Amino acid sequence: MDSREKILSRIRSQKGRDVLSKSEQDILARRIQAHKRNLVPKRSQIPPEDQIALFTEKMTELLTTVERVESSSQIPERIKAYLAAKNLPSRIKVSPSPLVANLPWEEVPTLEIVTGAGAEEDEVGLSPAFSAIAESGTLMMVSGPDTPSTVNFLPENHIVVVDVKTMCGSYEEAWDLLRSGRGTDDMPRTVNLISGPSRTADIEQRLIMGAHGPKSLHVILVG
Amino acid sequence: MQVTSRQFKENSHKALQDEELRAALNRVKQGFTTKRREAADALPEFEQLRDQARDIKNHVLENLDYYLEYFESRVKDQGGHVHWCSTHKDAKDAILKICKDAGAKTVTKGKSMITEELALNKFLEAQGIEPIETDLGEYIIQLADEPPSHIIGPAVHKTREQVTELFHEHHQKYGYTEREEDAEKLVGEARAVLRHKYVTADVGITGANFLVAETGSTVIVTNEGNGDLTQSLPKTHIVVASLEKVIPTLEDVSTVMRVLARSATGQEMSVYTTFSTGPRRKDDIDGPENFHVILLDGGRSEMIGTELQELLRCIRCGACMNHCPVYHAVGGHSYGWVYPGPIGAALNPQMVGLEEALHLPNASSFCGRCEEVCPVRIPLPKILRHWREKAFEQQIAPKPDRWGIELWGFFAKRPGLYRQVTKIAAKMLSLMAGKEGRLKKLPFNNGWTRVRDLPAPQGETFMQQWQKKQKREG
Repeated sequence: MDSREKILSRIRSQKGRDVLSKSEQDILARRIQAHKRNLVPKRSQIPPEDQIALFTEKMTELLTTVERVESSSQIPERIKAYLAAKNLPSRIKVSPSPLVANLPWEEVPTLEIVTGAGAEEDEVGLSPAFSAIAESGTLMMVSGPDTPSTVNFLPENHIVVVDVKTMCGSYEEAWDLLRSGRGTDDMPRTVNLISGPSRTADIEQRLIMGAHGPKSLHVILVG
Repeated sequence: MQVTSRQFKENSHKALQDEELRAALNRVKQGFTTKRREAADALPEFEQLRDQARDIKNHVLENLDYYLEYFESRVKDQGGHVHWCSTHKDAKDAILKICKDAGAKTVTKGKSMITEELALNKFLEAQGIEPIETDLGEYIIQLADEPPSHIIGPAVHKTREQVTELFHEHHQKYGYTEREEDAEKLVGEARAVLRHKYVTADVGITGANFLVAETGSTVIVTNEGNGDLTQSLPKTHIVVASLEKVIPTLEDVSTVMRVLARSATGQEMSVYTTFSTGPRRKDDIDGPENFHVILLDGGRSEMIGTELQELLRCIRCGACMNHCPVYHAVGGHSYGWVYPGPIGAALNPQMVGLEEALHLPNASSFCGRCEEVCPVRIPLPKILRHWREKAFEQQIAPKPDRWGIELWGFFAKRPGLYRQVTKIAAKMLSLMAGKEGRLKKLPFNNGWTRVRDLPAPQGETFMQQWQKKQKREG
């Protein structure tokens, strides 16, 4: 008997039963496909503007900086100002996604825009969020051909663009949004839920930022 | 790893004398407990969420065969591989084969308790493959050649000074010749050293906090981002997980996520929660080309349907040890195997044998705080009691213990006699103690009186006092 059979038959014999019957299996399959929500905290069930406020409050608590612009065409100027204020280099690794790669970068000729996946030498990365979750101040990043997940981790400083129309109250809403765009059977290779910049407390429980992932996280809300 | 649980008493004795460890454990006692309480208080639904997390895990354990097969089929749908491993040896062999097929020379590793169970690092080293721990805590103890002392803070027992020395010893070859004393700069040094290793490793190995049946995803939760670099940069990603990690849906995972970080570090969410599903897709420009899941049983399926099944709900948050007065006193290494604290005391006897881990179920004051804070409400004291009973029944407990209990049992079954004997004993102990009311020595009680006095009874038993009180009040 191979390990697979050994494990499955042991589980069944410990339970004193055989393989579940067809009807029992159907009940479980339906439970999975129903995507039924468990208790969702009340704090997430609020109007859109309040969600944005809660997201901003939570993210700020997590030592992330947040700013808001009316239109995405303002982003290059804002990033230029942000990099200058923090004294960061002007070379940016940008996800190939049109949401960030096709911005009017020509308006800020001093910035060097390089599109592609994250690399060891990157100091600043820019990528678009698929969604954001207000209840805990969390970004949902989804991998794909034009949204490589390494841009979220390798650069020392990470800038994320969030369209406020994608803001969700809870994780459950964000999962539904993900499924609605691509069907329930197509989970992206990587979904990153990100709540703040990288940190560690492994030396004497002292909080230190920038353990392996980005040392700083800056969110630009659009809309 | 080698089991040293038999030396629990000696280990503890040493730990109690260790000043640096005392300071470190004090930080656990203050830090983690306060943060957990604040996080729990800030979410009104926290207690209900704990109930639901418990119920979800129970539901999975009732139908574990179904959910494992469902998970497997979803991983396969996405082009990944699932390796069922009945024993620790099976798992090590499977990992080695994948590494060899990948021509691996170096392997980066995210934090994984299952790989501690496998003692995977030593195994890979013996095969000529270099494992590199990337979680800062794991990296520190790998340099120190020690096992973790806490399941979420593996180096919680190390001081900053000790880290300085370790880095000074091991980082000179990378050009860091100065002794770095600033904690922030030490983190920066580890970051710089490990950065290049991520990029050049052939295989990345991570654990899994959850396996999602619905999507065939594996989930890791970290604060550092090391797990993400470990799994997205090498060509091959191996996930090592035990059976009970499977959860039906993304909705169910969301519920368990809400209690995990709050119970562990007092965060609402850890910084990075990452869902990985299969290898890189057709047009992707990053991500691993091969995706393997090692599904380890390692003695767990035997627990299904027994009093120990409830232990399989554990989500490895560490709250039980953070709140345990015994853990606070002796630290993690004293327990002598992978899992310390109350969860270790309850789980290790099953994993390494009761005879080997006999002391662990006794390393408890039964104060019950572990059960109070467990996010999935595992009745840890009940399970420790189960092991104590087993040790008595199987005559594994030391003879003096068994004789003592048998003697006590003899009297306990005869209440009249019990009262007479305790009356005499209370009176005698009170007389022996004299004015001070404390005993400096007592036969058969050396273990207690060697290090402290025993407060003596005041001369009357509870029953005597109770009867007097009843009489007085008429």
